[in-house]
Amino acid sequence: MTDMQKLYLLVPLAPLAGALLAGLFGKAIGRAGSHIVTILGVAVALAASVVIFQDVQAGNTFNGTVYTWMKSGNLTFEVGFLIDPLTVMMMLVVTFVSLMVHIYTIGYMHDDPGYQRFFSYISLFTFSMLMLVMSNNFLQLFFGWEAVGLVSYLLIGFWYERPTAIYANLKAFLVNRVGDFGFLLGIGLIAAYTGSLNYAEVFAKGSELAAQDMAVTGWPLITAICICLFIGAMGKSAQVPLHVWLPDSMEGPTPISALIHAATMVTAGIFMVARMSPLFELSDVALSFVLVIGATTALFMGFLGIVQNDIKRVVAYSTLSQLGYMTVALGVSAYSAAVFHLMTHAFFKALLFLGAGSVIIGMHHDQDMRNMGGLWKYMPITWITSLLGSLALIGFPFFAGFYSKDSIIEAVHASHIPGAGYALFCVLAGVFVTAFYSFRMYFLVFHGKERFGNNHGHHDHEGDHDDEEVSADHHHGLAPGQKPHESPWVVTLPLVLLAVPSVVIGFFTIEPMLFGNWFKGVIHVGSNHVGLSELAAQFHGPVAMALHGLQTAPFWLAMGGVVLAWFFYMVRPDIPAAIQRTFRPVHALLENKYFFDRFNEIVFAGGSRLIGKGLWKAGDQGIIDGVAVNGTARLVGWVAQISRLFQTGHLYQYAFAMIIGVFILLTFWFNLV
Amino acid sequence: MNFVVPDFYPAAAEILVAVMALVIMLASTFARRVASDLAYGLTQLTLVFAALVSVLVSPNLLAAVAAVISELPLFGVRLAEVLMSLAEGYAANEVVATFSGMFIGDMLGGLLKVFSLLAVAIALLYGRGYLADRKIDRPEYYLLSLLMSLGMMVMISANHMLSLYMGLEMMSLSLYGMVAFDRESPRATEAAMKYFVLGALASGLLLYGMSMIYGATGSLELSGIAQSIYHQAANKTVLVFGLVFIVAGVAFKLGVVPFHMWVPDVYQGAPTAVTLMISSAPKLAAFAMAMRLLVYGLFELADQWQTMLMFLSVLSIVLGNLAAIAQSNIKRMLAYSGISHMGFVLLGLLAGVVDGDRNFALNAYSSAMFYAVSYVIMSLASFGMVILLSRAGFEAETIDDFKGLNKRNSWFAALMMIVMFSMAGIPFFIGFFAKLSVLQAVVAAGYVWLAVVAVLMSVIGAFYYLRVVKVMYFEEPVDSTPIRAQGEVRFLLSANGLAIAVLGLLPQGLMSLCAYALLASL
Repeated sequence: MTDMQKLYLLVPLAPLAGALLAGLFGKAIGRAGSHIVTILGVAVALAASVVIFQDVQAGNTFNGTVYTWMKSGNLTFEVGFLIDPLTVMMMLVVTFVSLMVHIYTIGYMHDDPGYQRFFSYISLFTFSMLMLVMSNNFLQLFFGWEAVGLVSYLLIGFWYERPTAIYANLKAFLVNRVGDFGFLLGIGLIAAYTGSLNYAEVFAKGSELAAQDMAVTGWPLITAICICLFIGAMGKSAQVPLHVWLPDSMEGPTPISALIHAATMVTAGIFMVARMSPLFELSDVALSFVLVIGATTALFMGFLGIVQNDIKRVVAYSTLSQLGYMTVALGVSAYSAAVFHLMTHAFFKALLFLGAGSVIIGMHHDQDMRNMGGLWKYMPITWITSLLGSLALIGFPFFAGFYSKDSIIEAVHASHIPGAGYALFCVLAGVFVTAFYSFRMYFLVFHGKERFGNNHGHHDHEGDHDDEEVSADHHHGLAPGQKPHESPWVVTLPLVLLAVPSVVIGFFTIEPMLFGNWFKGVIHVGSNHVGLSELAAQFHGPVAMALHGLQTAPFWLAMGGVVLAWFFYMVRPDIPAAIQRTFRPVHALLENKYFFDRFNEIVFAGGSRLIGKGLWKAGDQGIIDGVAVNGTARLVGWVAQISRLFQTGHLYQYAFAMIIGVFILLTFWFNLV
Repeated sequence: MNFVVPDFYPAAAEILVAVMALVIMLASTFARRVASDLAYGLTQLTLVFAALVSVLVSPNLLAAVAAVISELPLFGVRLAEVLMSLAEGYAANEVVATFSGMFIGDMLGGLLKVFSLLAVAIALLYGRGYLADRKIDRPEYYLLSLLMSLGMMVMISANHMLSLYMGLEMMSLSLYGMVAFDRESPRATEAAMKYFVLGALASGLLLYGMSMIYGATGSLELSGIAQSIYHQAANKTVLVFGLVFIVAGVAFKLGVVPFHMWVPDVYQGAPTAVTLMISSAPKLAAFAMAMRLLVYGLFELADQWQTMLMFLSVLSIVLGNLAAIAQSNIKRMLAYSGISHMGFVLLGLLAGVVDGDRNFALNAYSSAMFYAVSYVIMSLASFGMVILLSRAGFEAETIDDFKGLNKRNSWFAALMMIVMFSMAGIPFFIGFFAKLSVLQAVVAAGYVWLAVVAVLMSVIGAFYYLRVVKVMYFEEPVDSTPIRAQGEVRFLLSANGLAIAVLGLLPQGLMSLCAYALLASL
């Protein structure tokens, strides 16, 4: 094992060690001990990732097996690493955001009784996510995939005394099962037709797969594989119609909303499709499917952000919409743009979530934006960083989000794949909507009249309430006359550290990532797809791009959104209410999230219950209880009787049984003669 | 006839055990007061050294062990280098026959000897406290177990019908003595009597079969027999007639239906420490016996004996699992479970040759061997737990004795759960991979129905394993005496239970060791 290989191993194992220490010995090492070991683990992983990054920049990639778990027939199950530019970029993003969130958690979870458990979980998550991105085979990918899902489930239900949290984590779990089922089918198809689970081997057989049809159904094999895999991505990356779990996941503590449900885990689907680009490129049908799903998510989830009043839910819907943008980029073969947006989004969305968390701390765990306003005076750092995050999100020129989002829109514009027209409309309209809800939130929270301190129906707090105190108890709000104030440094430091890349990372990395050789040999774009090639021809450096951006439609759409938000919520706050009254049906539609939940509840949940009842009556009581259980019991009783008949304890009977046995065996001899 | 001095080197381990047996006999005669402790200590030393010697005299085995060790993390590579340097010093002959072809030194034998010697050592360690509580830890017990080991080793390395028979009798006679060791107990005496009479009958059958084979081929040496059949010099009718009796003899030792009747009675009647012994290492010896007789000697008749084994294995798996459900005595339950496990071992043995095609042999036999080794590991742990719960004046014999074990000692309850899960074949414990590899061999050989029967029966069988787990975790303890055991028993039992879990996660090493052994010896 070379030194680099040891370093590869260190990256996932350091957070795992931290998770185990904090999880198993949390009581012994105490609260401070727990956060020190976990932060140390993640910091080591980040440092190692940086070293590996430099090594990869020097051109050293790695694809190999670490451990062969077992061989079954021709199939090998292995643990292996694939270290290439895509992997190392993901490693950096995951470890960096994770480190920020670890530090932030010290402040956010300060008084929570589950402090050690929380640190253990987020470190475990970091381990799982790293295993997922570093994998060189489908088995390990699936392991990481399920492991992050598990930790997500545990963290959404972190405050397990709350019925809403339990409902939300169950929902996330069930919806993800639907996606994972598709994902598993896809992996199964690949294993069945290629006999391998290793990426490189499967990709090498890509054209072979493209030429085949599936047995029995006659469907084109590659399309079936890609759509199945993408269904997995839809579950994990919350694409319509499997998006319903993500808004509810906000029941979990805010740090994990930032880490898992914004920056990393939900982008696993995007990462996976980008990784599988050699397969997806072979099927136009699958790409169109990806494109339409992504475009629908990008626009229609954005609409929902407009009517939300819970600060975290606004950010959650904006995450859904941005994931839609990434998916659109995948659909038009602009994989590198998708991954680029993934990266910039990870920074600014984590920033926005942590900013929202900071506001929530300041508001003493009141999340309703209608009770905020004018916070800029009291929480200056949170205010500035949130503004920067919002500007990045709406794609203001020179900010990180601008470069990635504009590239996606341009790529859609250049694409000729079926569905590209619809997608272009969606992403353009989405820009306006994004700007509108982002700045609606920004104005409602940080500017305007101070609406906090009013008695808003929640139970009050005593005046001697310690300001530092952050407790698990939800919905306190501020007491009348109490003022919010800035969060402690462990909270604001990550905000500042995340704000830096949110502003500059696009400017510095767009050239190598989108138009340079960074992803060469990793991401594959077929010759029949445009991808980013037309864009590359028009690209004359990041400054020129930003200046040109000032004259394009997306910029003015975004500005329109900002201005409209300002007008509605700062100048004439009576207008939104009037609109709401006039377009009551539309509002009801948005308020109920297009009735997806209701639909699922009636059709899927109700249907399952109906089937379950039928199976229970016919299958359980009839067949299993009647035939299998009681039948087996009868059979066993009968056999026991028979064997007792023989197993008498009398020696001569035993000997007799042996002689009978020999006689039976002798029939073979008779057969031969 | 001129006498040639044989090459003693391949038999170094056997010679060591034989000499030490004599030494212990003498020493315990003269040092009366510390005889028991002395005999115990010397026996353990002998067993461990004999295991080491067995590895060292087989360069192939050494190299294979080194290859497996090099996969281990940390010092694996360095340790492997040391072992490899040792292996270089010896002749690289794959198979060495000595004592005029009576004895064969090969990697299969070496590996099985190592496993069975270690199994005996572990069984003695678990059983020591039990014997002491009942005041029957006399030096003769250890002497008998050493002689039993010697018998097993001779049997494992036999290349000749006579040496095999001699080893078998040596092992069996020692076991009869051990079963009857608690001579005050009428139950144990009865069990020993049954074991002895039925064992004598089985030996008679085996001898009869051997004489038939000798009559047909004119050879007692296994390779000679194989040659003779290959050249079609033997009368096939007589051969198959003899084969029937040989299979019966092997089946008795393995304890498969319908030659299993002794198993539940002896397991229940014998002192638990002896049950532990019978259920572990001798199963490996019986596996070796099956390999030597059927595969080395009578491979040409594979079509015939495979059909016979199929009949035996289906009966064993069905009857073993169903009858186990009806048991309330845990020793009896484990006896029936052992019957069904041996049926699984047969599944591997019967999948070697398909329509004359021998390409399946290596895979099938190595899966059977892996199964046998896994079973021994699990069996040691399960009876070890039964012993752990027993104490002076109290025999933990019924499943009810496991009630509420979790409340009494959650660590041992967890270990027992691991053992039960593994025996039931639940992933990811070693028992799962053992079942999986055997079933794969059976399916590869085209006997899908057989695999289906085996899986169905395992599902039914899971019931009685899970019942133990249920009783441990969900019922109140009947007796709340804290569990006491010596430090080394606690440690080794924990290691044993954990090995089941760890090998379940990382089964590749053991699997490839079995495969190497057969590859180098077939």
